Amino acid sequence: MKLKEIVKELNLKVITAKDSLDKEVIGGYASDLLSDVIANSKDSNIWVTLQIHQNIVAVASMKNLSGIILVNAREPEKDTVEKAEQENIAIMASNLPAFEVIGRLYALGICGKKQC
Amino acid sequence: MLKEFIGDLHIHTCLSPCGDKDMVPTRIVKEAQNLGLNFIGISDHNSVENIFAVKKVGEKFGVKVLGGIEITSEEEVHILAFFDEDWSLVKIQEIVYENLGNEENDETLFGEQLIIDENDRIIGKNRRFLIGATELKVEEIVDLIHNLDGLAIAAHVDRESFGIIGQLGFIPKELKLDAVEVSPLFRSQPRIKYGVEVSPVSSTGQNLPIVSFSDAHRIEDIGKSFTTFFLEEVTVNEIKKALLNQDGRGVI
Repeated sequence: MKLKEIVKELNLKVITAKDSLDKEVIGGYASDLLSDVIANSKDSNIWVTLQIHQNIVAVASMKNLSGIILVNAREPEKDTVEKAEQENIAIMASNLPAFEVIGRLYALGICGKKQC
Repeated sequence: MLKEFIGDLHIHTCLSPCGDKDMVPTRIVKEAQNLGLNFIGISDHNSVENIFAVKKVGEKFGVKVLGGIEITSEEEVHILAFFDEDWSLVKIQEIVYENLGNEENDETLFGEQLIIDENDRIIGKNRRFLIGATELKVEEIVDLIHNLDGLAIAAHVDRESFGIIGQLGFIPKELKLDAVEVSPLFRSQPRIKYGVEVSPVSSTGQNLPIVSFSDAHRIEDIGKSFTTFFLEEVTVNEIKKALLNQDGRGVI
């Protein structure tokens, strides 16, 4: 599934890298501990978090994640937005809490380690 | 004259909800004196309200007490700050409280937050949610500390929770920390966690000075880890020089 389909289905607000929405999403990962994301997320995962520090962009780049969904209508910091534009990492925001966002992703067929 | 000073800067009092009730000024200072520590730092969670009592007792027993605070950032990273001047402590307190939110501490869940005088008498309770996170970013906190002439140290960077590497994956290059602190467990525990190396040096590439303190919440933990500095006297400025190896000062 492509990022743009997820944006549409979950009614996400795209904050950065609007041109990157053709990226393919393969599975997802959810965590607010960035060291854990570095260790356990997989290539092309979509990442659900509430962290808004600029390090989220570096982590997404490093792990080649397809994009970042911020929950609870969290607004990224200014330097996070700048970095994300530079690195072409899509940051998308949802008004929903993480539990709902992940549930809806799962219902769309985006799963974690194993097949849904 | 330059000489060695042994210090444990990361000590909580009974003001921290997780601090033992017997973490009162006299017990803390006497324990430090018995252990041969030349100086200690008091760094309660998001509050400085017990520092002045500990300082008074420290003067009586000849143990230098540096006033500090362990601030919780928005990202849930713990940053230690130390200041020479009381007005800096008052100022940082004001800013931290402004950014701590209005939630109240539930002492049955998190513990009591006792304010105490130099005679170890309880003179009040802090009602704020001191264990909570402020709305300040790590960068803002470090700048704030430096603007008040303070020392900024990332706390227990080897610990997964509330350590900067655990929370943020790595130490942002732009962050102007004076040092990173490793906990007493650092020597005995494997340094690889979650597949990333929990080594301040390799994670940052900026060779931050490393210090180690106890993060004591109980009397028996005071001095479990300490750092020896080569200084003229124990001040924030001298410690900063030591961390930079300036003017003959250093960390031993």
